[in-house]
Amino acid sequence: MTILFLIIAIVILASAVMVVTTRNLVHAALWLIVSLFGVAVLFAMLNAGFLAVVQVVVYIGAIAILFIFAVMLTRREMRGHGKPLNNNWWISALLSLLTFGGLAMLLSNWDGFSQTPADFPSDFDGVAELGNALIDPNQFVLPFEVASILLVAALVGAVYIASNRK
Amino acid sequence: MNLWTNPIQVIADWLMQIFTGWGLAETLASVLIDLIGIVFLVVFILILDVMLVWVERKVVARFQDRLGPNRVGPFGLIQPFADIIKLFIKEDITPEGADKVIYNIAPVLSVSSVLILWAIFPLAPVIIGVDLNVGVLYLVAAGALGTLSIIMAGWASNNKFALLGAFRQVAAMISYEIPMIVVLLIPTIFAGSMGMLGISEGQQGFWPWNWYVFLSPLGALIFLISAIAELGRAPFDLSEGESEVVAGFHIEYSGMKFGWFYAGELLHAFTFGGFWAILFFGGYNFFGLEKLGPLVSAAIVLFKAMVGYWVIMWIKYTLMRIRIDHMLAFNWKFLVPLSFVVLMVTALLNTLLRDAPTATFILSMFFSNVIIAGITIEILRRRSRSGREKVEGQASSGVKAT
Amino acid sequence: MIPLSWYLILSAALFSIGLFGVMARRNAIAILLGIELMFNAVNINLVAFWRYLDPTIMNGQVFAIIVFAVAAAEVAVGLALVISVYRNRKTVVVDDLDLLKW
Repeated sequence: MTILFLIIAIVILASAVMVVTTRNLVHAALWLIVSLFGVAVLFAMLNAGFLAVVQVVVYIGAIAILFIFAVMLTRREMRGHGKPLNNNWWISALLSLLTFGGLAMLLSNWDGFSQTPADFPSDFDGVAELGNALIDPNQFVLPFEVASILLVAALVGAVYIASNRK
Repeated sequence: MNLWTNPIQVIADWLMQIFTGWGLAETLASVLIDLIGIVFLVVFILILDVMLVWVERKVVARFQDRLGPNRVGPFGLIQPFADIIKLFIKEDITPEGADKVIYNIAPVLSVSSVLILWAIFPLAPVIIGVDLNVGVLYLVAAGALGTLSIIMAGWASNNKFALLGAFRQVAAMISYEIPMIVVLLIPTIFAGSMGMLGISEGQQGFWPWNWYVFLSPLGALIFLISAIAELGRAPFDLSEGESEVVAGFHIEYSGMKFGWFYAGELLHAFTFGGFWAILFFGGYNFFGLEKLGPLVSAAIVLFKAMVGYWVIMWIKYTLMRIRIDHMLAFNWKFLVPLSFVVLMVTALLNTLLRDAPTATFILSMFFSNVIIAGITIEILRRRSRSGREKVEGQASSGVKAT
Repeated sequence: MIPLSWYLILSAALFSIGLFGVMARRNAIAILLGIELMFNAVNINLVAFWRYLDPTIMNGQVFAIIVFAVAAAEVAVGLALVISVYRNRKTVVVDDLDLLKW
């Protein structure tokens, strides 16, 4: 398990670095897919099988394909002319490192930092529990509905913004 | 427990004894046994795939009133191997300006997106790779990888026809994923489980009345249509409109790389025929024969999958290609609303009739589908008639004006 | 077993890489890619907390699903905006989109 985690973590981080530094945007999108696939494997390792599969369906099947389409539709930048990073990239790098350091420091001061996983109940059906939680009026039915309205609004908005009509 | 009732477990135990006898640690031995199982399954599927080439060519020939391959070996059975040798010794071309790494990964990804489907393919209650509790979604997730392989091939070929073909194919696949996901929820509702084994078990019984095709014929039909669109076979083979985009996304591929795409397509069709059988036609249940043993169950599933594959071929070689705008309009304006209606009616009836006797349940499910189909046909008839009247009215007034 | 800290550090690193992408890339689509990385960092955290604190309480997974929905909506609208901008100004480099700057 430990070895597997380390391999996946290295894959996720390395491909994430490729995403933010590659010149060719289609390659960046494909590296993003590798990274997100690694995250899906992490979800599976955390016993969240449903989320792992949904991660593959939503991110790789929809969002990444959408990105590749968008890159191709704005194809003047497709061949990667010019610099991928702007002139202030070293400030950004410094800020990111500071963010990482700050987060790590904050987290290491928290006393639950290195705790081991809670016992996983043997006859626990995570998918059924998740489904119940999503439609239970006492739990998350309202956020669930709001999320669906958000999706519809985003769909309509995206179609309106991108449509070619004058 | 003997070799007949649970062959996989017996073989695994036997291997475990051998490996631990060699002094391997138990965890390492179990990993090794899993690996052997995976390799065995993949080899079995690929050999099956080679034979599918022969099946496909023979069946096409019959549909087109020809004999098909009949020179190499008895009934031309050795023909696919001759094809493979030919593919191997063909020149392997990588076009100039192609994105080499992506260009070479795409065919592999195409085949592996099909191979991973067999991980959840239940050949028998005890012969299944892994019974995921989200099996139905896994089916869709593997399809997402297939979509990815097509767009990678189309883009990396650095060819405008390849890119156009890939765009068309991906647009179609993403659109048809929606009715497919919606319809996949229908067996989930009936079985109360998203796992393939749970869905198979939900359809058991001597008579096939429990098969979900009788509970939801419309669902089975919509699944077949969207599966064919997902496969990119005729009548939805937009990526290969010869007069428009030549061979579509695999235009630049030659030799065995093209062979991988071709093999992937055939295997994909067979696999979807199998999942059609599992989700709607009872899986390994067939008049109580499945009780004889897991190997009989496996034979039943493979037979049903072959029948499903035959239906897909039948459609492919009978119908002509339809235009992309018609295809997308058919999906968004017809299949998606229809699948939502079917899903809602099924869910509602399933809740209302939960405690009803089996016969009432099956009959009301079946007739609710018939009623939905009738209403749909009536609406379509009215719409097409009014459209036709509009066109005819314009035509007649145009005649008067001149 | 793997302690929780590994997941948290991994997600912090992923978040920082995404942040770097958002701040340093010139192409608008690449900025959106960075945002996706940050979303995923958050999701790793949510799921890890769900697993490590109390798996019988589904809050973590439900939040992760809502993050999925928000990410999908964000990408759809964001890419529509990028395409619309590209259509009007023939560029997706954010440095050149200085209409508000005199």
